[in-house]
Amino acid sequence: MTELRQRVAHEPDAPPEDKESESEAKVDGETASDSESRAESAPLPVSADDTPEVLNRALSNLSSRWKNWWVRGILTLAMIAFFFIIIYLGPMVLMIIVMCVQIKCFHEIITIGYNVYHSYDLPWFRTLSWYFLLCVNYFFYGETVTDYFFTLVQREEPLRILSKYHRFISFTLYLIGFCMFVLSLVKKHYRLQFYMFGWTHVTLLIVVTQSHLVIHNLFEGMIWFIVPISCVICNDIMAYMFGFFFGRTPLIKLSPKKTWEGFIGGFFATVVFGLLLSYVMSGYRCFVCPVEYNNDTNSFTVDCEPSDLFRLQEYNIPGVIQSVIGWKTVRMYPFQIHSIALSTFASLIGPFGGFFASGFKRAFKIKDFANTIPGHGGIMDRFDCQYLMATFVNVYIASFIRGPNPSKLIQQFLTLRPDQQLHIFNTLRSHLIDKGMLTSTTEDE
Amino acid sequence: MLELRHRGSCPGPREAVSPPPREGEAAGGDHETESTSDKETDIDDRYGDLDSRTDSDIPEIPPSSDRTPEILKKALSGLSSRWKNWWIRGILTLTMISLFFLIIYMGSFMLMLLVLGIQVKCFHEIITIGYRVYHSYDLPWFRTLSWYFLLCVNYFFYGETVADYFATFVQREEQLQFLIRYHRFISFALYLAGFCMFVLSLVKKHYRLQFYMFAWTHVTLLITVTQSHLVIQNLFEGMIWFLVPISSVICNDITAYLFGFFFGRTPLIKLSPKKTWEGFIGGFFSTVVFGFIAAYVLSKYQYFVCPVEYRSDVNSFVTECEPSELFQLQTYSLPPFLKAVLRQERVSLYPFQIHSIALSTFASLIGPFGGFFASGFKRAFKIKDFANTIPGHGGIMDRFDCQYLMATFVHVYITSFIRGPNPSKVLQQLLVLQPEQQLNIYKTLKTHLIEKGILQPALKV
Repeated sequence: MTELRQRVAHEPDAPPEDKESESEAKVDGETASDSESRAESAPLPVSADDTPEVLNRALSNLSSRWKNWWVRGILTLAMIAFFFIIIYLGPMVLMIIVMCVQIKCFHEIITIGYNVYHSYDLPWFRTLSWYFLLCVNYFFYGETVTDYFFTLVQREEPLRILSKYHRFISFTLYLIGFCMFVLSLVKKHYRLQFYMFGWTHVTLLIVVTQSHLVIHNLFEGMIWFIVPISCVICNDIMAYMFGFFFGRTPLIKLSPKKTWEGFIGGFFATVVFGLLLSYVMSGYRCFVCPVEYNNDTNSFTVDCEPSDLFRLQEYNIPGVIQSVIGWKTVRMYPFQIHSIALSTFASLIGPFGGFFASGFKRAFKIKDFANTIPGHGGIMDRFDCQYLMATFVNVYIASFIRGPNPSKLIQQFLTLRPDQQLHIFNTLRSHLIDKGMLTSTTEDE
Repeated sequence: MLELRHRGSCPGPREAVSPPPREGEAAGGDHETESTSDKETDIDDRYGDLDSRTDSDIPEIPPSSDRTPEILKKALSGLSSRWKNWWIRGILTLTMISLFFLIIYMGSFMLMLLVLGIQVKCFHEIITIGYRVYHSYDLPWFRTLSWYFLLCVNYFFYGETVADYFATFVQREEQLQFLIRYHRFISFALYLAGFCMFVLSLVKKHYRLQFYMFAWTHVTLLITVTQSHLVIQNLFEGMIWFLVPISSVICNDITAYLFGFFFGRTPLIKLSPKKTWEGFIGGFFSTVVFGFIAAYVLSKYQYFVCPVEYRSDVNSFVTECEPSELFQLQTYSLPPFLKAVLRQERVSLYPFQIHSIALSTFASLIGPFGGFFASGFKRAFKIKDFANTIPGHGGIMDRFDCQYLMATFVHVYITSFIRGPNPSKVLQQLLVLQPEQQLNIYKTLKTHLIEKGILQPALKV
């Protein structure tokens, strides 16, 4: 393991093998000058260039700056195409992809922690980090999966026991990891070990909770997954374009490349894009219906009667826009109104997730989280703005769209004690009578 | 803001001028840091010297002044230093225990306030350690942000739990209804505001420190606030679920210490050289016996056994109910080997006492790991105690480190083995639904209850 330490220590001497050396120099100049350490320090050099040979040869003639632009562009299109393929393949594949992205993000952030603290050699630590990831995923999947696969779980005896005592089992697994951590504390490395413990937990908090909220949103209906993610991606691209063509006023010192023109242009473009996209998607059942697990066919089905949110309605256009467009009413899906809220969040608050990640990268003097995607950096680089979006969509749905799930409530009711059931029943009854939904005489049915 | 920034840029361990010391002793600490830092600059430049040094290079944070009251000092001035310490610890232990009894007498609401007070103090202690470790008193906005996040998370949790239990009270007030319905959204918006403030407050030279403090705050919140809310939820199940676990942990602490004092020989773990295997095992057995007896005594009183409810007519908490089966005496036939020992065929026990064995076992076997965790933490940051709030004992956190895991365990235990979902929560969710959905559910429930015989079909109430 010591050779790893030496390798990391020697890297600064080698010149970073980056293609966009001119533009990099400007950024590097800034980070080097904002020295948290007095001496001149080079940023952590990126690992070997991952661009496939094919692309390298095809673009070998262009200048370095345009080459980079092309590589980024091609990879962007490749990722978007990949996204469409996955959507086509269905919810199960999407869930698996979300899980993989989560694991990769976790791996990237933990690796940064190892590099920062030179803590490859800490006993047990890598094992423990992955173990905690497993525990937390087990806990969350158990909570969500049991809700959606209720009938399947009730049928199989081992699954039923696992689900009944789920919290206890998850807690026990976590405790084992905790005790292992305490037993693994080594005399000279207490502080490092506590740092890595804290680092692991914060990473879990960020990465795993978000990914499970994404899956929750997915189960509400694929449109709740696709529209927010597309809005964030669109905002990224639009803000970049607007900034490229019109950018003049810098937005925030953290990210000197961002400009106010890009920010505002991206906002309007994203809102329009969100409106159009939700209009297109609201027409199809496969996007709009909640994902359900069909016990008979043992697969996911997305078939239902679309809710009110996804039925065309007539809206009166307010006077001020009437004069502009010349229409009196417009037919829209109510969901499009919600999409305005989602796009607004994606454009205004989403970038803060990006600034957070930029600050993090500057704090630890890294250029990218990893080098998984050529031209773009790591998976985490692509998903940093999504970070807050998933939570917002989940909170939005819980607060404004749907209330608690009635069938789930009935399930919970059935597990209560008889006296509690009676108490709830009577309270509900008096509530309904108060509201006039029920009169005492109808009791006799 | 400019001067805040200036003060903030004054800095770090590497500049020649140390920041104005908040406590007189801190200046000494800074000097040490500077001399050692020069040696390390070559290798660890890139990531800052604070991170990669081994523990031995970190200077100790000197403890703050002794806070033992003058009275005690005068009374004990005659004794030698060792016995003086023993007496101080003893007196403070008795004081804390009596305070505990007093608050129990005063009722659940006071207990809730006590738990909240302890949580805030623990949070404060841990955050202060973070400040001292990173010399980050001068970071702009940071103290404000830490307290703001504490407020947000508490608001979120109290809203989730309290709304359940005060359902009737909440239904009456219109503004509270609004707050409850959009509770998650409001909490999230508040948290977001704090998050955006953090991002906007990032200052050029202090990114790393700020991220560290951000993470430190969040991990502290995760530890202290979630535990304290689980404690309050346990409390609402019945005060016995609050008292027996906490007393078991305290008893384990004390009896393990006593057993170790008198019989201790084999060290238990390198982290805490004072702990011994004799203390550990002796503590385990005495805690199980203590838990058994305490459960027996407390199970008799409705005051301890009944779930805490809020009655809107009297506007206070009441603990009155028909004790559940768990708290009604039952006769158990003893297994053969116990029969021979005790020469009795049967014994009358509360079923809760069986559960108390599980709770005491956890308190004695796993609880100490919370203590080891805190010891490791103190060694890692070279502090003797978390703070100096309680003379002879250290900070509040020192007393509560073993409780840390206990509260979660009790909560998980209750939800897994004792009761199902919370009835008031189910009711609350029912009332939020659309009237048509409520009617449908009502009909389904009615059919179900009649089937089970819980509801008489001819009953007209």
